[in-house]
Amino acid sequence: MSEIIVVTSGKGGVGKTTTSAAIAAGLAKQGHKTVVIDFDVGLRNLDIVMGCERRVVYDFVNIIHGEAALSQTLIKDKREPNLFILPASQTRDKEALTLDGVGRVLEELKQQFSYIICDSPAGIETGALMAMYYADRAIVVTNPEVSSVRDSDRILGILASKTRRAEQGETPISEHLLLTRYSLERVATGEMLSVQDVQEILAVPLLGVIPESKAVLRASNTGTPVIFDETSDAGQAYSDAVERLLGKDKPHRFIGEKKKGLFRRLFDRSKEEQLA
Amino acid sequence: MSILNYFRKQKPSANIAKERLQIIISHERSARQQPDFLPRLQQDIVEVIAKYIAIDQDQVNVQLEHIGDNAILELNITMPEIALESSADD
Repeated sequence: MSEIIVVTSGKGGVGKTTTSAAIAAGLAKQGHKTVVIDFDVGLRNLDIVMGCERRVVYDFVNIIHGEAALSQTLIKDKREPNLFILPASQTRDKEALTLDGVGRVLEELKQQFSYIICDSPAGIETGALMAMYYADRAIVVTNPEVSSVRDSDRILGILASKTRRAEQGETPISEHLLLTRYSLERVATGEMLSVQDVQEILAVPLLGVIPESKAVLRASNTGTPVIFDETSDAGQAYSDAVERLLGKDKPHRFIGEKKKGLFRRLFDRSKEEQLA
Repeated sequence: MSILNYFRKQKPSANIAKERLQIIISHERSARQQPDFLPRLQQDIVEVIAKYIAIDQDQVNVQLEHIGDNAILELNITMPEIALESSADD
């Protein structure tokens, strides 16, 4: 049995590609054969985040058009033998992906992989609809910020109406909320929506909370999924999320308040003011 | 200076964000749940009324509300005052 999981958000820049790379790498690390597909045709980026940008020969659109075989196109990760990447095409042709074509490729991938992760482009255009159409599960990546939460709600509406499962009246896609770029300090001072606030508004089960972390930029700088940085807070938060995705009950870390002394708080505050 | 600033707290803004989101999202969700024919129905109603009175598109409001097992189609038409006066003259 293989599962198709779409990583989506509506809004851009919230961490879909970072999440796709981390979740795919995490599932592979747990021994599941996993492929991660970049659906952002025209703006290929999963390859550079995963550090295989110089190994791209063929792409997703080449397979759909029958110009290359799947085996020639899939890039095997150098760190994790269970992990494969299917890069997006750089073509500017908006009609490059077709529902039929995507369906055929996914069917073929299902023969070999336990998990198929679809990294959706931002927006609600063709690419995003294709990425979610065949999904069994959806990870909705959200920042604790008004525009991102609103867009996530919009995406949840589309997941419930414009996907294969919705159209054919099957069990609905199972939805998971992943809150990223979370800052405990700012939630504590009332400057940022809390995880409880976002959950109350969106009413979707929580898969995980990824703290705002320097490790994320460091990981993309070096082309390493952040989950491989096992000592980092973001890496650990993603590992927990992967375990929950696999059905394990893991308590949420990084959402309780960190204890801070008065001096620490005064110091942080004066630092902020200097920056401002 | 920084100690003084620490005590002069800024108003927390997260609760404003939450309230605004709850309002707009519930509004957008109810719009999403409406059947596709409602905008066309509204258009037709406007056209029929426009035969008799000068009326704007935004003066007609069509809403479908679900209460239990029943659906209530609610029509709200704001009549322009001039239209009422002129019909009284006839």
